[in-house]
Amino acid sequence: MTGVTRQDGRPRGFAAATKLVAEREMKAFLRTKGFWIGLAVIVVGLFAASILPTVFDSGETKVAAVGARAAEALTDSGLEVREVADVAAAEALIRAEEVEAAVVPDTTGESATGVRVLTLNDPPTDVVAALRTAPPVDLLDPGEVGRGQLQLASMVFALLFLMFGMGGAAIAQSTVTEKQTRIVEILVATVPVRALLAGKILGHALLTIGQVLVIAVAAPVALRLGGHSELLAAIAPGLGWFVPFMVLGFVLLAAMWAVAGSLVSRQEDLGSSMGLVMLLVMGPYFGVMFFFDNATVLTVLSFLPFSSAIAMPVRLFAGEAAVWEPLVALGLLAGSVVLIVVLASRVYSRSLLHTGGKLALSKAWARQE
Amino acid sequence: MLTVTSVSRSFGDHRVLDEVSFEVRPGRMTGFLGANGSGKTTTMRIILGVLAAHGGTVAWQGSPVTGAVRQQFGYMPEERGLYPKMGVAEQISWLGRLHGLDREAARRNTDRLLDQLELGHRAQDKLEELSLGNQQRAQVAAALVHDPEMLILDEPFSGLDPIAVETVLGVLRERAAGGVPVLFSSHQLAVVERLCDDVVIISAGRITVSGARDELRARYGAARFELVVTSDAGWVRDVPGVRVVDVDGPRVVFEPDGAADADQVVLQAALRRGPVRSFTPVVPTLDEIFKEAI
Repeated sequence: MTGVTRQDGRPRGFAAATKLVAEREMKAFLRTKGFWIGLAVIVVGLFAASILPTVFDSGETKVAAVGARAAEALTDSGLEVREVADVAAAEALIRAEEVEAAVVPDTTGESATGVRVLTLNDPPTDVVAALRTAPPVDLLDPGEVGRGQLQLASMVFALLFLMFGMGGAAIAQSTVTEKQTRIVEILVATVPVRALLAGKILGHALLTIGQVLVIAVAAPVALRLGGHSELLAAIAPGLGWFVPFMVLGFVLLAAMWAVAGSLVSRQEDLGSSMGLVMLLVMGPYFGVMFFFDNATVLTVLSFLPFSSAIAMPVRLFAGEAAVWEPLVALGLLAGSVVLIVVLASRVYSRSLLHTGGKLALSKAWARQE
Repeated sequence: MLTVTSVSRSFGDHRVLDEVSFEVRPGRMTGFLGANGSGKTTTMRIILGVLAAHGGTVAWQGSPVTGAVRQQFGYMPEERGLYPKMGVAEQISWLGRLHGLDREAARRNTDRLLDQLELGHRAQDKLEELSLGNQQRAQVAAALVHDPEMLILDEPFSGLDPIAVETVLGVLRERAAGGVPVLFSSHQLAVVERLCDDVVIISAGRITVSGARDELRARYGAARFELVVTSDAGWVRDVPGVRVVDVDGPRVVFEPDGAADADQVVLQAALRRGPVRSFTPVVPTLDEIFKEAI
């Protein structure tokens, strides 16, 4: 005898409970200001970084050239060259501000290169630099990207990893909130503990994927607007790989953040249990930032879980990784995700109902469920 | 019916529950009485599966309680807690869905409950914006939203003002009348005395008394009588087969000591001496049973 008529008698299974927990986590997090501010900062920063330099720099310097000697000297200078008939025509263009400077034959013999530069009032450094003679350099291993671009890409990938990795701290926050308010007791009495953990990871992973996608869409737009189409072509394969690496890397960290939250009972104690996870986020960040141009270290980092999420996309960006390498690294990462999630769910379910001070990891592991 | 059979639990070397057995019957409010630290909360947590038992079983309708069965229970933990930054109605209906309701039913039940608990006007507010008393009402709603088949409430009335107690009580009685077994703990004897149909008393991890409240009164209250006459009643002491419990001028409380009709002997003697103002059997309070039981 039950005495009540149920409107919907089906008990929630693991999957349905996970989905509900994920839904709540996402709603709660989407409602925080921090989430939107963080995302806005990333997107605005992205656009600013690619467009602002173009705005302040009005494009290629226009220069007039008189005579064959001058035209030859300006070949491959990257300047926009207009060949004109004589010095008077060049002067007219300068005064009309149609060109910034003119390169004309030197008649005094002062110039070693045999050309002089005419300009209105401000010596044009880029024109002067273009005329400077430097010995030719032959690259034995011409890479597709320069050091500057590689540094930029490393910085972008590492920074995104840092932001999303640290964003996982929201899982620790929400876990400890549930412990502190004791709602966890109702939750545990209602759904399996593992569904709680899975729901949290799923919810925050989806949020992260959403943000990564926003960036993946915004980045090409920003780069195109900024006139960096060639950089875009180079970064695209790296960006494509970055998404799966970032998602798996996030799940790995998310499981650890959840454990960090479950070990303490109050927000105030959270700092003491988050150290290890923060190290695992900061370590790869600094590792890649410092060693982006050290091929050996970067190769090692690109296979280690955690750091592989940044290092492998950077190597792919630089065109240094063979096709099999990201697949192996991704496999290693996925393997550690499975392992860590299994270990974490044990610690999580054993420490979730613990109250009082911080629980040591080893004690949580051995604790009765 | 919920049946708890020989449940034991230790924390380290400390045995908190020792072979605890009792029943919670459908349609009845069962009061779970005990001093602080006597094992009430531990027992409830074991019933809810929040804590594992080290021995014994908890059965619902004759079968062991599983996760799916527990999902149909309603639980109000001793330490209250809901999401502070989430809307009242929103989180109650979310909890309803977590217990298996569909979205529509969860919303309907939430609205109805909040109105019943006189909290309808605060439905959209965040929980942390409510007074403690109102948070407590929200907590009651959270335990009831899924129309539970069994209710387990740890100190549901503590922290409520007398008006709120009546409101919450009305809601709980309605559930019990619908056939739901209700188990609620309390250390306030007066509350249990007034509200419960059945009583379970726990002391130092052992069940000392359990049964229907009225039966317990009859069983534990040794038959006592109160006699009020017009002059000093000290003479009752000299009546054979009677033990006097208390004398206060013309008023005396006594117990028949051996002889079954000793009360009638005393009454006749009193009538011979003069007018009798009052002669009543004394029903023991739960307080007295409680003191006797522990």
